[in-house]
Amino acid sequence: MKKINPNINRENKVIEIRGLKKAFDDFEVLKEVDLDLYQGENLVVLGRSGTGKSVLIKIISGLLSSDEGMVKVLGQQVNKLKPKELDRLRLKVGFSFQNSALYDSMTVYENLEFPLIRHAKEMGRAERDRTIHFVLEAVGLLQTINQMPSELSGGQRKRIGIARTLILKPEIMLYDEPTAGLDPITSMEINALINDVQARFNTSAIIITHDLTCARSVGDRMVMLLDGQFQHQGTFDEVFSSDDARVKMFYDYNFVN
Amino acid sequence: MGLQDNKADTARRQKYVVTRRLDRIFLELYKIYAFHVRFFKEVFVPPYEFKEVVRQCYEVGVRSLPLISLTGFIIGIVFTNQSRPSLAEFGASSWLPSLVSIAIVRALAPLVTAIIAAGRVGSNIGAELGSMRVTEQIDAMEVSATNPFNFLVVTRVLATTFMVPALAMYTIFVALMGAYLNVSQNELTSFTTYITQVFEAITFLDIFSSIIKTFIFGFTIGMVGCYKGYYSSKGTEGVGKAANSSVVTAMFMVFIEELLALQVINLFRAM
Repeated sequence: MKKINPNINRENKVIEIRGLKKAFDDFEVLKEVDLDLYQGENLVVLGRSGTGKSVLIKIISGLLSSDEGMVKVLGQQVNKLKPKELDRLRLKVGFSFQNSALYDSMTVYENLEFPLIRHAKEMGRAERDRTIHFVLEAVGLLQTINQMPSELSGGQRKRIGIARTLILKPEIMLYDEPTAGLDPITSMEINALINDVQARFNTSAIIITHDLTCARSVGDRMVMLLDGQFQHQGTFDEVFSSDDARVKMFYDYNFVN
Repeated sequence: MGLQDNKADTARRQKYVVTRRLDRIFLELYKIYAFHVRFFKEVFVPPYEFKEVVRQCYEVGVRSLPLISLTGFIIGIVFTNQSRPSLAEFGASSWLPSLVSIAIVRALAPLVTAIIAAGRVGSNIGAELGSMRVTEQIDAMEVSATNPFNFLVVTRVLATTFMVPALAMYTIFVALMGAYLNVSQNELTSFTTYITQVFEAITFLDIFSSIIKTFIFGFTIGMVGCYKGYYSSKGTEGVGKAANSSVVTAMFMVFIEELLALQVINLFRAM
């Protein structure tokens, strides 16, 4: 269980969502979703597959547009930004994809260099090298610097994916199923890395998962997405002390079965 | 009453299916139009991805050389060999170099190069971008504030647009060398005589129209491959479909363009 985090600033909301709605054809995925993420906080969004968890963070990062509602990230309303303004905001929001989404035609070094070349043009080659080495050391994978993504294990790919998002020093991290498809030990390592990123880089994060071990290890607060709405929120124990049968079933399938 | 209701319901459903299909066709047409507009908007807007354009030119051009060399050379030999009997009937075997050069420069080399490029490069682009879409690599670029269209589409279309004409010129050279081998073996024509006859037969319009045509072919192959890959549906099946339909559509378009180009060039010849 994660200890209480004293660095959370409840005065400062880095993400504020009100009345968010999103539907695909006739299927309403998100119905009137409200959410706040505070500075320095790791917020875990729980829910079954297909309930719209990933859709939520894709809307936050501007990959998908919302049908209705307000999504404010670092004080800026995402759906009202012009492309260039959205790009500037995206530099402050790191997105770690479920399958890492490493550029498979590039080495690990080139994957990390890719955003730097485009967004840190003032950096010389030597400084770029230093930054890449620093970030790779932070995720504990300096030895893979010249490897291709296809040569890495699932856990290593996740770490490099996280390193690539960290390289631009984001204020907010969005993790999409960070432990999906990993063995329990590698999952624990990824959980530790998420906490380490929070502590070392002072980030706020939304972690999408249905892995309760991950949720318990990294979350300062949890919310549960049921039927397109957040229905339970609080600490891990608060959420799972609910009498809601769906919540109990979720817990049982993770820990009992 | 029940039967009438059923009939009305079936008619309504059929109408719905038709309108859905029409919607899809018009939506697809609009997407293709928007894709082209976006290309022409972004090709002139910085950042310019020179390094990636050079890398793609290498992929499209240099990597196609072995296949192009072999195909061009064999076409030169075979076409010369197959044309000889017809000319020999009229005692016009000495016209072989002229006939072969005109056929190769005007039609064979541009078309064969375009077909090889559609098969090798078009499918590669379709599969690569399709796979990048499926594995969220395109989304990853977007969320890191890098324009994926500029980096992936513009660079590849530029590479095919400029490398297909270069490859076609190379194919002309290789095919003419293949033809020379055959002519020199059978008619004992010297290289100087052969080259003189070749250059006497072809005009500036032949070369110029071939270059313009291959620019259009290259652009088409790049755009089709990128469009199919960039908008491929999710899943591995989508990647296969993107690669396959890139080749089929690009070849189809190339043949249509060849036909149209022929009409336009004939107009110029008639002037």
